[in-house]
Order: sequence, then C-alpha cells, then structure tokens
Amino acid sequence: MKDVDALIGTRPVTGGHPWRRGLAHGLLIAASIGMLYPVLWMLASSLRPEAEIFTNFSIWPASFDLRAYGEGWTALKVSFTRFFLNSAFVASAAVIGNVLACSLAAFAFARLNFRFKRVWFALMLGTLMLPYHVTLIPQYVLFLHLGWVDTFFPLIVPKFLAVDAFFIFLMVQFFRTIPRELDEAAMMDGCGPFGIYWRVILPLSKPVLATAAIFSFIWTWDDFFGPLIYLNDMTHYTVPLALRSFIDSTGRSEWGPLFAMSILSLVPVFAVFLFFQRLIIQGIAMSGLKG
Amino acid sequence: MTTVALPQTRSEPAPRRRRLNAQDGAAYLFLAPWLLGFFVLTLGPTVASLYLSFTNFDLLQAPRWAGLDNYWHMFAEDKRFRNALSVTFWYVLLAVPLELLFALAIALVLDKGLRGLTFYRALFYIPSLLGGSVAIAVLWRQIFGYDGLVNEGLSVFGIDGPSWISNPQYSLYTLVLLRVWQFGSPMVIFLAGLRQIPQELYEAAAIDGAGPIAKFFRITLPLLAPVIFFNLVLQTINSFKAFTPAFIVSGGSGGPIDSTLFYTLYLYQEAFAYFRMGYASALAWVLLSIIAIFTAASFLSSKYWVYYGDEGR
Repeated sequence: MKDVDALIGTRPVTGGHPWRRGLAHGLLIAASIGMLYPVLWMLASSLRPEAEIFTNFSIWPASFDLRAYGEGWTALKVSFTRFFLNSAFVASAAVIGNVLACSLAAFAFARLNFRFKRVWFALMLGTLMLPYHVTLIPQYVLFLHLGWVDTFFPLIVPKFLAVDAFFIFLMVQFFRTIPRELDEAAMMDGCGPFGIYWRVILPLSKPVLATAAIFSFIWTWDDFFGPLIYLNDMTHYTVPLALRSFIDSTGRSEWGPLFAMSILSLVPVFAVFLFFQRLIIQGIAMSGLKG
Repeated sequence: MTTVALPQTRSEPAPRRRRLNAQDGAAYLFLAPWLLGFFVLTLGPTVASLYLSFTNFDLLQAPRWAGLDNYWHMFAEDKRFRNALSVTFWYVLLAVPLELLFALAIALVLDKGLRGLTFYRALFYIPSLLGGSVAIAVLWRQIFGYDGLVNEGLSVFGIDGPSWISNPQYSLYTLVLLRVWQFGSPMVIFLAGLRQIPQELYEAAAIDGAGPIAKFFRITLPLLAPVIFFNLVLQTINSFKAFTPAFIVSGGSGGPIDSTLFYTLYLYQEAFAYFRMGYASALAWVLLSIIAIFTAASFLSSKYWVYYGDEGR
C-alpha cells in the first residue's frame, strides 16, 4: 500500500507564512462552497414550501418541509418505490456480474498459460478503445430478436459477460502483484486453478474487487442511456428514467417534488462515496476511472 | 554420464508442457464468459454495424445495401450532421481546456502541504461524482431556466436575464459550465502526478535562486506533462461521448434550434426516434474515427511536448 500512499496520501504539513496558509485555506473553502452551492441549494429547496424556491438563495434549510418528498414519491403513475427497487436490482446485478466475470477472465490472463493468450489479451485491450456507440445498434437488434427489449436483461447480461473490459485490465494488474509462491503452495496442497482463484487470489484482491464493485454500482445507478433505449414500460423504469418522465410531466410550478426526487436519486451514490472515498479516489488517481 | 544425464534434463520440460496444455482447458473455462461476450456483444456487433453503415435499415425490413450513400449523405448533404459536429467540437474545445486548467490550479494549491487535503479533495470531487446524473441535469435546467436561480440572482441587480437554456446563443455554454464544474476527477489525477515529482528538485532549484514561477515552468510543468497528456486524452474522449446533460437540459431535442445537438444525441435521434439504423451505424463509425484520429494525433504529438522521466537516464 506504500505506493498508493505516495499517490493519494497527504504531504507533511509544511511551514510557510501563517497568512499565506490562511489565504490558501480561505480560497479553498470559498471555492468549495461555490462548487457545492448548486447541490446544497437544491437540497435546501427540496425542503422548502414551493413558493419559496425561486426567491430563496440560502442553502440553509430554515424550514424542514417534507411535503415535496411525499408529493414527488407518488407524482407519477408508478411510485418511486418501484423505480428505486428497479435501480437497486439492476445495479446489484451489474456489480455481481462485473466482479464475477471480470475476475474470472483476469485470473486466466494473470495466472494461467494457454494458447493464443497474447492474442486474446490484445483483443481485450482493443475493446477498451471502442466507443459503445459502435456496437449499440446490432446489440439492440440482437436483444430485440431475443425478446429482451423492455426487460432488464440488456442492462445486466453484458456485465455477466465481462463487456466492461476495463475492470479485467485493472484486475490483471492487481493479480500480477500477488506472489506466485502462494499459488504454488496452494497447488502443493492440492488446489486446482479454480481453488487458487477462489481461495488464494480473490481473498487477497479485496481492494481491486471493491473498486470494480463501487464503480460498477455508480455507473449503473447513474446510467441513463441504457435504460432510455431498452426500457419502455414505466413499471420497469430505473430512477434516472423516472426523473426524466417527471420533467416531462410537470409544469414549471412543481420544482419542489422534482428536486426532492433528484436529491433522493443522488443519495445512494453519495453514500457509497462516503463509505469508500479512499478506494474511489485511489481508483481515479491510479487508473483514470471516470468518476 | 552426460549422455545419460541429458535426456533427464530434457525430459523435465515435457511434463510442464503437458501441464500447460492441461491448463488450456481450465483457462478457457475461466475466459468463457468474456469470450462469449467478446464474440456475441462486441466483435459480432462491430462487424455488423460496419455492414449496416452501408445499408438502409429501419428494423422492420431487412437491411438494403446502399453502398456509400449514408456516408455521402452525411458529408455532402446533412446539415444537422455538420451542425452536430460543430456543436460537439465547440463543446470539447471549450470545456476540456477550462476543466483541466481549473483542475491543475486547485491541485497546485492543494499540493502545498496544507492541512485538510483529504477533506478538500473530497469536496472538490463531489461534482464529478454526481455531475453525470440526470438529477444534476435537472438542477441545471432549473438554474439556467428563465425563472431559475441565475436570473433570480441577476434580478437583484435589476438585470432581466434571458432563459439561458432556451436561447441558442447561450445554451451550449450552460453545458460547458456543467462540464467544467466537474473538474474534480482530473484534479485527483493531477494531485497524484504532482506527488511523483521529487521534492529535492524544488529544493535544488530554490538554492539556485529560482522563484515560484520559474519552479512551475521549469520543474512542475515539464514533469507533469505525461499526466496532463493522460488527462487531455481521457477528458476529450469522455466529452465526445457526453449525452445525458444535453438530452435532459434540452428535453431530448438538442434544441433550441439544435444548439445543443451533441453528436451522440444526434446518433440517438437517428437510431431511436427516426429508426434510420443504417445511418446511425455510419454515424457511430465516424465517431469512432474521430476519436481514433484524435487519440492518434495526441500520441504522435506527445513526443514533442511530453517528457517521460526515464528517457535520459
């Protein structure tokens, strides 16, 4: 973990003039408040009576009016309970699929010798460059013929087939740092490749598995394009898609409930960030994962 | 003796090779999900989409071969395509440099060994974390709408602001701003890069009498060049692929009068609003070419301005 600390750890607090440090802190605090102001204002507005939203710039929720949340939750034909359950299901399945399928492939690339390994590895890296727009339409046609349009399958099955190859790459990098002596020791004890994968490599790879899981979750939870294309019936909507319908269905007088639901849609991603901040920052710093 | 010993040593690799072959089966079992996905969801569709790009295809009837018609129409006739390209290029050209500039500036301040680095870094990262979501796009719609937050603020000073998102003169800039607002993630990468620069260099430069400006241009910037390059390529590709903000802020239209018609949004409309799947496939291949050309150009140019520390050693 030492090289990680070198990348994202803190520098020793240096001396310097107190007034210069004070100035830097002042600037940073002002800048971060400015950055977060819109989000905080949305949060505060969601807790205000509708009439106040447009006239109140404060980010301090003086009133604590939860009416907008109640209204928003049931504003569409289908309640947000359904949308959150759908989103949670798709996101959890994507997490499981990505972690499982990518770690299996990564184990083969990092630990096993087999014919055409270099070719497959190069092809796998090649898919990283491919924008998903290229495969979009044939995939849609395929899923249409399978009768999968308007189901969750098109959003989930690709994850179980390790289509997000970036995670394979990430895991290969990590698996390679695990000493091979451990594999050999396990082999002496009678472990086959699957035993080594399951009992040696996976338990020692929790950080990279967690990173893959976290980013899979955030990306799937926020994904708008996939659900937009594949989900038609409102009972199948995920939260982002429901928010979009909400915009279309409301006039300009109903920002409160829309804000309330928007805030709720951000909560899971934000919670994941609070708990796994270090892993997220590390994932970005070390591999440029899109946050 | 040696003749006896030789076969023994020779025979040693044999079981290993056999074991390797035995591993083939296991390895392909491990690879099976990825291989299936690669052929069925990546390679197959890639080939199919290249083929479709030369056809007219509306999902209902089988694709009809059209030769280069789609590409001809795109480059010679399609004004919306040209507009989408120009909107996207402007967006990338404005947003990426500004985003990287902010990211670098804040990273430099944060790298000075201040207390609370982790805290600040987290705060600045939050917009990147949330920014791609529909929720934030919804917020942007309100903030820059006619009776939104910005205009309420302006009205305090007696200014009657326009509806920023429905005025073609300004609408794109609201999206640029949304992108620049998310400078936190390149900032995290810059911070990691700054961490790699040996402190001794600065100390040595200080002894030689270098001021902060000289230190920045002679040490920080050259040694950070690989990271700047990485961020530039990454952010540019991501910006080319941006979709959600334009879709939500413009209500799916790319309007007003196509001023926020991002390339991906145009592709989406052609495919899933007009069901011109062949044409949309051609658009996808042009997007791939643009991204490939840009990436190649960055890599080719990088040797003139990116200094990798190990070259001279």
